[in-house]
Amino acid sequence: MTTSPEVQAQGTGTATDDDILLDVRGLKMYFPVSSGLVFQRTVAYIKAVDGVSFTVKRGETLGLVGESGCGKTTTGRCILQLYKPTEGQVIFEGQDLTSLSTRMMREKRREMQVIFQDPYSSLNPRMTAGNIIGEPLIVHGLVHGKAEYRERVADLLQNVGLNPYMADRFPHEFSGGQRQRIGVARALSVGPKFIVADEPVSALDVSIQAQIINLLEDLQEQFGLTYLFIAHDLSVVRHISDRVGVMYLGHMMELAERNEIYVNPIHPYTRALLSAVPIPDPIIDAQRERILLTGEVPSPLNPPSGCVFHPRCPIANDECTQHLPELREVEPNHWAACIRADGYGAF
Amino acid sequence: MAELLQVRDLRTYFYTFEGVVKAVDGVSYELEEGETLGLVGESGCGKSVSALSVMRLIPDPPGKIVDGEILFEDDDILKIDMDDMRQIRGGKISMVFQEPMTSLNPVLTVEKQLTETLQLHMGMNREESRREGVDLLARVGIPDPERRIKQYPHQFSGGMRQRVMIAMALSCNPKLIIADEPTTALDVTIQAQILELMKSLTSEFGVALIVITHNLGVVARYADRVNIMYAGKVIERGTAQEIYANPRHPYTVGLLNSVPRLDLPRRAKLDPIEGQPPDLVNLAPGCSFRDRCRWAVDKCATESPPLMSTGEGHWSACWRIEEMEGLVEEYRNDRIRDAVAEAAEGATGDGS
Repeated sequence: MTTSPEVQAQGTGTATDDDILLDVRGLKMYFPVSSGLVFQRTVAYIKAVDGVSFTVKRGETLGLVGESGCGKTTTGRCILQLYKPTEGQVIFEGQDLTSLSTRMMREKRREMQVIFQDPYSSLNPRMTAGNIIGEPLIVHGLVHGKAEYRERVADLLQNVGLNPYMADRFPHEFSGGQRQRIGVARALSVGPKFIVADEPVSALDVSIQAQIINLLEDLQEQFGLTYLFIAHDLSVVRHISDRVGVMYLGHMMELAERNEIYVNPIHPYTRALLSAVPIPDPIIDAQRERILLTGEVPSPLNPPSGCVFHPRCPIANDECTQHLPELREVEPNHWAACIRADGYGAF
Repeated sequence: MAELLQVRDLRTYFYTFEGVVKAVDGVSYELEEGETLGLVGESGCGKSVSALSVMRLIPDPPGKIVDGEILFEDDDILKIDMDDMRQIRGGKISMVFQEPMTSLNPVLTVEKQLTETLQLHMGMNREESRREGVDLLARVGIPDPERRIKQYPHQFSGGMRQRVMIAMALSCNPKLIIADEPTTALDVTIQAQILELMKSLTSEFGVALIVITHNLGVVARYADRVNIMYAGKVIERGTAQEIYANPRHPYTVGLLNSVPRLDLPRRAKLDPIEGQPPDLVNLAPGCSFRDRCRWAVDKCATESPPLMSTGEGHWSACWRIEEMEGLVEEYRNDRIRDAVAEAAEGATGDGS
């Protein structure tokens, strides 16, 4: 909290070049906690996102990983203005979305869409697949006449690997993987540039996950999409992302190129997270370094002082309990928020 | 070592309006004392139902165990009466469920829930059971157990609740613990803690463990033997090492290759298993996996393959079991060739 958004924004390499599609600066989202039955007053804030800055380049996939409650989903929703951020800027193609009116924001949503986690609860059970996919076309006035509408819906279904004749079916007639394809088609319908994919495969079976991941990659190539890919599965995030950000308790802990962060993790939290992922091969898995974190993620209602990770950190010292470390460029294009980031080897 | 549990040709069907769902259709396996067995498969493959059958917790109607034997310490669980079953359930066999929030009663304190089994099965009085409960909580790594035991489940975090569940499962010195997706609802770092705890406690007390999961990594790390299930049948069975190093069923091969792996170089494309799992109501004759199988032949459509031995302690249900070693080898070589081609392309593309 001691670092101002400006400082952090510089920290994440804000260039004014055209290849930056989205620039998030000092994003904060506090949810009020109120008490009292009649006279409600705010007694505390849940600091879901507490000063996060990053940029997303055109055509890339930025992965956001972290455990539940780390603020990754809230960050995604703040970007789409589904939540009104408490503080900070969300600059999309040079325009600050936080300052737009509802009406202007609605226009903007044609360019930014979302794919939700649960394909069971995010599709209206009373609408046919065709109408779910086609509704945004009508809302945004993108089609004229029934023939064009039907043609567009059929195209979209084909784009995501479904048959056009399935347009008349209802969500319950589809399997989980197929439903997620409908969710993807709906997001694609308005021709967006940017898609926030919030845990798009975690509700699916393993063999189906790979199908959806391949689909998302194909579509990215085909339509030149930019993704913010939010997930808790580190192997999936490594596969799909160009760069990866690791979040913990509302803060960005580490941000680097995909290979860099997996091969050379700097932040102790990233290291522990990576070592906790079991590898599906008993021999290799047995040989891996294992860092078992003690304790659990503290409540965002009352986050620890200083570095929010210090109560669980194996290398924390006194200074960590007092100062919130800034996200800084430890190595070229490799950012970490840890004061002990350089100068320690094994721990 | 002595066989603790023998499941023979178990069939559990559900009679629904749409038809008969053959959730478990002819499953056989054994479990030795102190062994950890992994039951792996996707949703709807029958892994949970086969474990619930062992506890005789199948809701009837619509479910019914129509055939088979479940021998636990040489007694057929399916033949004993309900009173004796109640002695076994929670006594000799206990269970850890997936959702620690929904499986603990929110209006009772942890003490009430933890001591209930102790009083019922071990005949302890209130004071004894409370002391034992505090002990158990301490053993599963809950700090300040004296105070925590008086609290309600909502005052515990997800990982702590799962620890309470494990304490309950351990309370009556069971011979067997069945853990149904014990870590799926938990975060990665907490998952590691809970699995490590289960592993150390089961080996300390010599308890056998059946872990039901869809996560191949979890099984690789903790199971001695693995059953891979698909559409109500065990399609491959062997030691964890064997299954991962030499998979001998096309489904296992597909499953292992469809997941991105942290320890291997990243591939440009994942290799998914195409298609969907079959509808268990209208299962066609023949092998249930053939529509999605890359190596299916004519015979697969007509006859369902039984589990056949493919080496020491390794079975697979595939008609092409003899050729499987060569097919897997060829497939792996293809993938390696693709990876090398990709890497070469990437190198020229980057100019590095």
